[in-house]
Amino acid sequence: MSRKKPGEFQVVNHSVAREDGVAKVTGRAVYASDIRLEGMAYAKLLRSPFAHARILSIDASEALRQPGVIAVLHGNNLQGIDPYYGHAVKDHPLLAIGKVRFLGEPVAAVVAEDERSAYEALESVRVEYEELPGVLEVDAALADGAPLVHETSYAGGSFRGFDDPGSMKASNICQEVHLEWGDVAAAFAQAAQVVEGVYYFPMAYAYAMEAYVSIADYNDSGLTVYSSAQHPFIVRHDLAGVFGLFLNRVRVVVPFVGGGYGSKSYTKIEPLTAACSWKAKRPVKLQLSVAEAMLTTRNDDARVRIRTAVDREGRLVAREATIHLNTGAYAENSPLVARKAANRIVGPYRIPNVKVDCCAIYTNTVPASSFRGFGATQVTFPGESQMDELAEKLSCHPVEFRRKNLAARGESIHPGLRPLDADLAGDIAMVVQALETDKPLSKGHGRAVACSASDAGSDPVTSTIVHVYADGSVSVMTGSTELGQGSHTVLRQIAAEEMGVELQKVRVIGPDTAVTPFERSTGASRTTTLMGRAVLEACQEAIVQLRDMAAEILKTAPENLILERSGVAFQDRRLSWQDVLRTFFGLSDCSIIGRAYLRKVGDLALLPVFWEIGCTGVEIAVDAETGRICLERLVTVGDVGLAIHPAMVEGQDLGAATMGLGIGLYEELLYEGQQLLNGNLLDYRVPRFSDLAPKIDLLLVQNQDGRGPYGAKGGGEGSLNPIPACLANALYQATGVRLRRLPLTPERVWRALREQRNKGDNVGH
Amino acid sequence: MHRVQARINGKDYEHEVEARLLLVHYIREKARLTGTHVGCDTGNCGACTILYNGKPVKSCMLLAVQANRAEITTVEGLAGNGLHPVQEAFLNRFAVQCGYCTPGMLLSASSLLESNAAPSEAEIREALEGNMCMCTGYQQIVDAIKYAAETMRASTGKSL
Repeated sequence: MSRKKPGEFQVVNHSVAREDGVAKVTGRAVYASDIRLEGMAYAKLLRSPFAHARILSIDASEALRQPGVIAVLHGNNLQGIDPYYGHAVKDHPLLAIGKVRFLGEPVAAVVAEDERSAYEALESVRVEYEELPGVLEVDAALADGAPLVHETSYAGGSFRGFDDPGSMKASNICQEVHLEWGDVAAAFAQAAQVVEGVYYFPMAYAYAMEAYVSIADYNDSGLTVYSSAQHPFIVRHDLAGVFGLFLNRVRVVVPFVGGGYGSKSYTKIEPLTAACSWKAKRPVKLQLSVAEAMLTTRNDDARVRIRTAVDREGRLVAREATIHLNTGAYAENSPLVARKAANRIVGPYRIPNVKVDCCAIYTNTVPASSFRGFGATQVTFPGESQMDELAEKLSCHPVEFRRKNLAARGESIHPGLRPLDADLAGDIAMVVQALETDKPLSKGHGRAVACSASDAGSDPVTSTIVHVYADGSVSVMTGSTELGQGSHTVLRQIAAEEMGVELQKVRVIGPDTAVTPFERSTGASRTTTLMGRAVLEACQEAIVQLRDMAAEILKTAPENLILERSGVAFQDRRLSWQDVLRTFFGLSDCSIIGRAYLRKVGDLALLPVFWEIGCTGVEIAVDAETGRICLERLVTVGDVGLAIHPAMVEGQDLGAATMGLGIGLYEELLYEGQQLLNGNLLDYRVPRFSDLAPKIDLLLVQNQDGRGPYGAKGGGEGSLNPIPACLANALYQATGVRLRRLPLTPERVWRALREQRNKGDNVGH
Repeated sequence: MHRVQARINGKDYEHEVEARLLLVHYIREKARLTGTHVGCDTGNCGACTILYNGKPVKSCMLLAVQANRAEITTVEGLAGNGLHPVQEAFLNRFAVQCGYCTPGMLLSASSLLESNAAPSEAEIREALEGNMCMCTGYQQIVDAIKYAAETMRASTGKSL
């Protein structure tokens, strides 16, 4: 069957109404924090006042006597469960055991009849600490004789997609990743030009407006958890491990999620909430504040030492990098961040000699984990900064220099991985045109274009069930979470397109691990590509069943039937799916099940599932008096194969680019000693309405070159990755100042401009 | 304990509340109207924005007792016969993603359009500066409010 092209689709490739739209504009959409179970109690957490300390004793007796208090949990009374979890490294206790590893780590949980009583009883929990010397940054953690964040080694987690945990003996190294091809030393020795530098990517929080919340009900039939989690099946895995339950006894339900951006991926507060319910023998709700959420997860801040070489013709010949990630107190997803940072530092370029050493390092700070675009964000800033630095050395236009080195579609950028499945040269040409780079720049303005390629999609294990009902309606059972990205709408469109029914007749159900089939995760921009394809294949499987049933009804061979939209034809007869089901079963409200599962075989055997492209352009204005950078113009490209829902792809791109703007210009979690200084929304500056660029172009590229449904591939992270480098390169163009540390705050820019002026004066004298 | 008699979305509520209870928690937990969301708890994010005697306020910055004899509109009260034009516009322009900020945005936007039937982009941005959205990058929200203004003007027959 030949593939439909844009213009030939009925439902797909149209910006249809959002499946969740009306619920969300009327206030009827249910988030985890809105759920109230009968008999529900509330938990509050006592957090460590030290970055690194031994816990000498915990006395909860007075707290237990406070009015309304039902139970107090701490590291000394968790006998009966395995309190450690972690999908990559099983190093994370649900409450500190023996010692605390970061300031803010949960030490005790009080469960009470109401939130206020739980909160007030926290101060009655007596904890004696013996403070230990800590390691607050990577250099201290790597020094000889450094205090150890973890003295013992732990079992590796069991989710595929990770290297074995590094040797954890007597070191703070959580994970090492090495990547090498060609002969880097020889290539640098013969290079015509080399640039080298150290770049710093800040510690940031993927601020979701809904802070972490979960509600757990542990009872004789098993454990049910309602959570704001992005990856319910991985949460289920971790919970099953903690409580020694079969997978079918752990039910994780995720209602609407109030923003994720990576911060809600993997397991967070669910094991602790479940332990509270287990101890209290009541359903328990644990709702964190935003300030507490900022003590729960952040990104891995990165220091990247990198050098890149070109030959006389301006061809990239070598790149060598050492990446140090500050992983904080627990591994969480940082082993995978380390792997991705190493892979993604190559960019979408042909580089024959590459050597990367990447190290995720434990420190006594808030644990780091996923953040939209992870790995790529940290390394695209240095990589794309150096592309502009090299272009200048070669007296070549930065866009021309990139064009010369971009890998073509089908060309390998990374031995052993899938060849590039996108047309970057086409993407960059669109950005250049939209940015009007041929027009003269005003004084104090700068423009830049940058790009990235991320090995996306994660591990391609996905499954789904589609119910086709005799009244013509269809339900899609999905384990993908609706984070706002629009997955429920996209899956609904695909089912409507395939089954030939109106959009309103398709319902999307899930995720609920007791009901919806397995889906590894909702992240790495995978949902449209993998879950979308599974829904398409499940519909096709249902259609095969329906065709066979129709053949029986029509007393002919299935191959004699002609498949039509929403039914079959044979000679002069036509049967809709409704007719087929009603006749075959003799009942008017029965249904059949179409199913599909994807795994790492066939065209999905080679990873990544797809390369997610970032290609963006900016124009900025720099105020020399204040150092303030204003975004004047923004161009993004959504190179998504086929936009199942064009308006939502544009929405993802603008949202991603705006997060890039936040990290590029303002966002940075700051530590003073052990203490996180700005762990709240008053002091942590995120983008607001006033930061919006006056001119925005959100472009789409639909080459149908992905492995998803109709040639689609994922988006949503790509347009974040190149933005910080765009800003730094545009700042250089505007002022001649090269900054290698983000964010480009007014103070940093102003200081750099002053230094530049002073140097100029010295030269003049 | 204090007696609070409030009129929320045209319906009368009466409760005994502690003096320290915040209005946002009163609305969510006593009146059980969960469309008003708790965001930052520090008056920054705007997710808990409601109309208090007709003016947009952040309900985490008021006490429940201040609701006594007050007229309150939450997102649940915005629709009359059919959706409010601002709600329609947010759907039409895809100004909704995760939806957590949406109730607050809608109330701030509807309040702006009450006082300014044809706001410029700059006026929209200024009026909504106290509402944050981490999903959209804001442009679709600005577009939606402009679109809502147009449809409201068209339906009331006012032209510029």
